[in-house]
Amino acid sequence: MDAIFNRYRSYRSLVVLVVVVMAQVLYLAYQVRTNRDERLIRVWAVSAVTPMAGMVEATRHNTIGFLKDYFLLLDVRDQNRKLKHDNDQLRMENVFYRNQLATAEHAHALTLFQAKTPSRTVAARVIGDSTVSTAKAVFIDRGSTSNIEKGMAVVTPDGIVGKVAAVYPLVSQVLLVTDSTFKVGVESQKGHIHGTLNCGIGHCVVEQIQNEEDVATGEWFFTSGEDRIFPKGFPVGTVLSVAPGNGMKDVRLALSGAPGGVEEVLVVLDGEHQPIPTEVPPEEKMAKPLPPPPDDKVTNGAQPGSAQTEADKLVQKYQQLGKEQNHVYGAIYSNMPDFNTKPAPKAAAAPSEANPSMPAVNRSAAPLGSAPVLGSPIQTAPPRPASRPSTQGSPTQVTAPLNAPPASAAKTPAAKPPTPHAPAAKPVLPLGSPRPKPTGNGATNQAPPPGNPPQ
Amino acid sequence: MNESSDHLLRSRRSTESLFSRFQVAGLVVLTLIAVISKFYLPRLIPSAVWLEVPLLLTVYFGLMRPDPVPALLFGAFVGLAEDSLSPANLPIGMYGITKTLVGYFAASVSQRFNVGSSLIRLILCFFFFVFHAFFYWVMRRALLEQIVPFDTQQTLLHGVFNVAVALPLYLILDRMKLSDES
Repeated sequence: MDAIFNRYRSYRSLVVLVVVVMAQVLYLAYQVRTNRDERLIRVWAVSAVTPMAGMVEATRHNTIGFLKDYFLLLDVRDQNRKLKHDNDQLRMENVFYRNQLATAEHAHALTLFQAKTPSRTVAARVIGDSTVSTAKAVFIDRGSTSNIEKGMAVVTPDGIVGKVAAVYPLVSQVLLVTDSTFKVGVESQKGHIHGTLNCGIGHCVVEQIQNEEDVATGEWFFTSGEDRIFPKGFPVGTVLSVAPGNGMKDVRLALSGAPGGVEEVLVVLDGEHQPIPTEVPPEEKMAKPLPPPPDDKVTNGAQPGSAQTEADKLVQKYQQLGKEQNHVYGAIYSNMPDFNTKPAPKAAAAPSEANPSMPAVNRSAAPLGSAPVLGSPIQTAPPRPASRPSTQGSPTQVTAPLNAPPASAAKTPAAKPPTPHAPAAKPVLPLGSPRPKPTGNGATNQAPPPGNPPQ
Repeated sequence: MNESSDHLLRSRRSTESLFSRFQVAGLVVLTLIAVISKFYLPRLIPSAVWLEVPLLLTVYFGLMRPDPVPALLFGAFVGLAEDSLSPANLPIGMYGITKTLVGYFAASVSQRFNVGSSLIRLILCFFFFVFHAFFYWVMRRALLEQIVPFDTQQTLLHGVFNVAVALPLYLILDRMKLSDES
């Protein structure tokens, strides 16, 4: 019996080791197999640890810096008592105001971002890291009591941070985008090329981009929304380098959000997709330059825009017909043109001749408040609220409605004298204005052209 | 019985008597401090993310305790405490298994060698850090099928860093022992 007991004692530690390890392996296998997180244990541990960490963090955040500066000032007082008193107050005030300013600036930035983004967010503070050094995760001081749920996106105004991996009553765990298991769907700003962000290999790369795709260094990537975590349109980062790889491009990315070093974040409670911005994010944006001056050739009608739509072609046809038949649109006593006749063949270039000051397709480029002018420089039309002034004069921005009256060549009054096809003696009025009774000489009130006061 | 074995026996007897004074409450408090330090310290010092105070405690307990059973149980306790604060995508038990083995091996080594020397303890500490990192990486790949990088050079560097921290930490723990003895 003693021999058996002694033999057992010699193997006791090994048996205990095997039992303990096997128990843990089985427990681990059960978790992996059922894909189930052992919430109770984690809740206990987190509930036990995070209050202490939260208190430590709050203490550090609110008092440590203050105390440090205070003791620093005590040293100064030892050296020079007289100067120290003033110095003490000034420094303390300085520290106080600086902290206030920094806090206010950060809070202001978060508030601005919260107000700007269509997604509903809640601000949170990072209070601790994960215990696994190779896994990138942090704890924030918001939990299920703040309506936070697992899987929600965590962002900052600068970029994405991560997603909520676990939720506890008062805190949540956020898995950072730099974690090796985290992938994010991204989309480039210019070419709208889709890829997958992977930061688990020591640096961040955008995968799944073909060599044939065009991605430039410095180009911005935004969330594409395809991962069902981040709403589309959040900034992710800029391209550091691009190199062709084996079938796929090697695109390295610099994250704009610095997820490992943030102290305050926003949890997206209710995400809303946004379009990919056409401009760089505000922190990278330089002062917006003035729009380029209008091209002289375009302004003088040397390069008129060609008709892009059927409506434009119809407008040009009616303009040409009106010119050929000496009809002034909107003018009183002007003969009704015959729209069934075909315009002369040479009328193909009519818009450029009849409209030297502004091509028909560029009427939307008129200054705000001005309106397309029909027939003559003194003709005006009520502004159309639907059409916006274009800074580039893009032909696609012509928004002439189909039910608009056929417009003659549009032109700016100052750039072109009255067209010979529109007799100056003939009365013309803005469209829609009440028609006065004829007086016999045909004189009517003439609306002054915009920007050209009557003399 | 020669002089060295006599010294070894005296040393073991001394450490056993000292460790018997380590109460369970004290161990729990030490474990909590170690886990919280790993949880919170990187917020203050970012490079402290590689500091493995729980592992250093496990190694110390194993080296100072010749009986492997308490050492492996202590390792399992510390590891599971760490696991419970790990990211939710890592199941509980990864650190538990690793630190159980570390505790067992540390205690087994202390049964066969005199680990009273600081140099030997530091060398073993470095070895166990590398073993811990490598075994954890193997488990993540093998059991969880998670492809995570293993940087050997960086691991060795972090091992040296942890040994540098272990030196004063072990001295403090030794001093605590002496104060208990007196």
